[in-house]
Amino acid sequence: MAPIKATSLLNLAGKALHRRQFSVSKIASAKQMTVRDALNSALDEEMTRDERVFIIGEEVAQYDGAYKVTRGLWKKYGDKRVIDTPITEMGFTGIAVGAAMAGLRPVCEYMTFNFAMQAIDQIINSAGKTFYMSAGRVNVPIVFRGPNGAAAGVGAQHSQCYGAWYAHCPGLKVISPYNSEDCKGLLKAAIRDPDPVVFLENEILYGVQYPMSDQALSNDFVLPIGKAKIERPGKHITIVAHSRAVETSLQAANELSSKGIEAEVINLRSLRPLDINTITASVAKTNHLITVEQGWPSAGIGAEILARIMESEAFFHLDQPAIRLTGVDTPMPYTKSLEMAALPVPKDVVEMTKKLLKVK
Amino acid sequence: MATRKCLQLLKIPNRRLFHGNNALLKEGPSFPGAQTTWTEKLSFVTKSSYAPIPVYRVMDRKGSVIDPEGDPQLPRETLLKMYKDMRTLNILDKILYESQRQGRISFYMTNYGEEAIHIGSAAALDLEDVIYGQYREAGVLVWRGFTAQQFVDQCYGNRDDLGKGRQMPVHYGAKHLNFVTISSPLSTQMPQAVGAAYALKGKGRVVVCYYGDGAASEGDAHAAFNFGATLECPVILFCRNNGYAISTPVKDQYRGDGVAARGPAFGIHTLRVDGNDVFAVYNATKLAKKYCLEESKPVVVEAMAYRLGHHSTSDDSTAYRSQDEVDQWATTDNPATKMKIYLMKKGLWSEDEEKKFLKEKREEVMTAFTAGEKKPKPNWNECFKDVYKFMPEHIEKQMNDMKKHVDKYKKQYPVDQYET
Repeated sequence: MAPIKATSLLNLAGKALHRRQFSVSKIASAKQMTVRDALNSALDEEMTRDERVFIIGEEVAQYDGAYKVTRGLWKKYGDKRVIDTPITEMGFTGIAVGAAMAGLRPVCEYMTFNFAMQAIDQIINSAGKTFYMSAGRVNVPIVFRGPNGAAAGVGAQHSQCYGAWYAHCPGLKVISPYNSEDCKGLLKAAIRDPDPVVFLENEILYGVQYPMSDQALSNDFVLPIGKAKIERPGKHITIVAHSRAVETSLQAANELSSKGIEAEVINLRSLRPLDINTITASVAKTNHLITVEQGWPSAGIGAEILARIMESEAFFHLDQPAIRLTGVDTPMPYTKSLEMAALPVPKDVVEMTKKLLKVK
Repeated sequence: MATRKCLQLLKIPNRRLFHGNNALLKEGPSFPGAQTTWTEKLSFVTKSSYAPIPVYRVMDRKGSVIDPEGDPQLPRETLLKMYKDMRTLNILDKILYESQRQGRISFYMTNYGEEAIHIGSAAALDLEDVIYGQYREAGVLVWRGFTAQQFVDQCYGNRDDLGKGRQMPVHYGAKHLNFVTISSPLSTQMPQAVGAAYALKGKGRVVVCYYGDGAASEGDAHAAFNFGATLECPVILFCRNNGYAISTPVKDQYRGDGVAARGPAFGIHTLRVDGNDVFAVYNATKLAKKYCLEESKPVVVEAMAYRLGHHSTSDDSTAYRSQDEVDQWATTDNPATKMKIYLMKKGLWSEDEEKKFLKEKREEVMTAFTAGEKKPKPNWNECFKDVYKFMPEHIEKQMNDMKKHVDKYKKQYPVDQYET
């Protein structure tokens, strides 16, 4: 819904982000796959598996999606299953919610979640609450997906993270995946889920390659919704992140490791339900906690995690107050240098860790 | 009881309840929801129940005026400014598009194929009329006097950018030219324009809201049409129907008779014009403005055109349309070429003048381009401003801390690249 609807930064993402991968779970011989292809294969497999699954959104058919996530699907499945719509997020979301109520399994693509604000009433008031309001008679099996959060150089109106917004709402499940395995396993889980799922992708990560295990390449690779993943085990500090901030945290952990600090990095994967048990277990071990996210600080994901720690036994395991690292509390600047300064980078995580652990 | 109530009501001349004082007494239907007649024949009203709305034009495809009555007979200077502004827009587009391709700016959108829409409508308005654009209306700004330097400065986000470098390229805004800053999310400008027109009622000014055939599908568009009609606002809801919304062709956008057909359905006076004919656009806008002001009511204008360029620099339109299709439009029904032929027939323009003008204009834009690229960025302290009208204490503290820090460590920062 913007001019700039297709401000695709494909090239930029491809060039700037072929960076090293720090996941400890990788297999040396694992096949590399971009996040985009992982999402595409999840859609493809689920469309083959279940005839009720269809994709609806702007530019998703012949154009292959504004960010090419639906590449080839229109050719393979045709107009009936991959539907280009007129430009109205509110409209096509309403259509998709209705189709889900009637038993289909829509995957509703937004060119970016910034534009899904046009449709937020359908997502929260209709998709999120209908099962409850119908006394359990009508469930809404639907996936709302698209790029979320900051890309690069697209200004305040295209760069917002909606993780906290949707995670706020009972009735919705919210996934914020990090790498290719996350995207494939969790998108498949989202499509199979009987409830509405908001699936927050990251534009910058679309073009980045990550290893895929043999298991992840198979047709029945499904990850559980509501379970976090320990991306890197450690004993000195717990770093909790989601989406692209996981990458930031892993890079920081790598640097800290060279200084003898072993950080445990938790990839949240789901924002609702939030896997607080994995976090508290980790805090009990490390006695320190930092949360990292690209969204704003006020009422954010980090704020929620810190509050829950405060309310739990884990609080007594903390040696220092827990700290949030977030995007800066400002509309995203367009200026490149300021934009970079508005998002947490590995250096911020490293410095905050050293400060917490009182290491020079 | 019921009768008495009716009689009581009849005495009250309340038009919200009855369409005319004797509504209950007449033969026809008296439902509050429609003023109409009865029928005993059951049949659908279809798209073909009405003829499609014709496209108003002044010139044919070759630039000849068909009916002399239609020629607005504009003075020579106005005609030349109109044509020169169309070409200026082309030159700006070429240079800024190329600069994006060279990686100097992050984004750009060209205006090819819509020159007559921009210039024809802008010429029919006054500077006090407020413009709410979508994003492809740079020609309106050219007409209003936004300089080549100002275009370049915005695209570069340098010291002299009126938007202080906070927006993507082409998101122009100029308060002194009554041009509201472009917003990235689509169609948000439509209800806002109607609201602005509501505020300006009776002040002798109109609001012109431009939007595309795709934007017209957003819910906001329907709200804008309906509120424009019911609140009786002096707003021209100006659709630039260029055939494509990024890649989506109009056949996938709507199935009715375009956007114009929606006007009468909302009770709005409507015009459909040839967007490649600058005089047709001029006449339509002139008439629309006159009606808006005299009646304090909205008008829908749908200008039919063809988007000759890609949607934006993020788009490659060869993926969904053929080069032949584009070339056909560019050569056989080109708005700028059409006006050029008109001027030449009138003896107001020649190939020599054209060459000379293009050369001079290109140099002017290139000079602006070079200057704009060299200008420093806005003052670093701008990044603390304008989030709130009055700077809150915590932000002021951050700004002062930063000032102290930068003063102390000047040598560590590229302070010379910023305005001081």
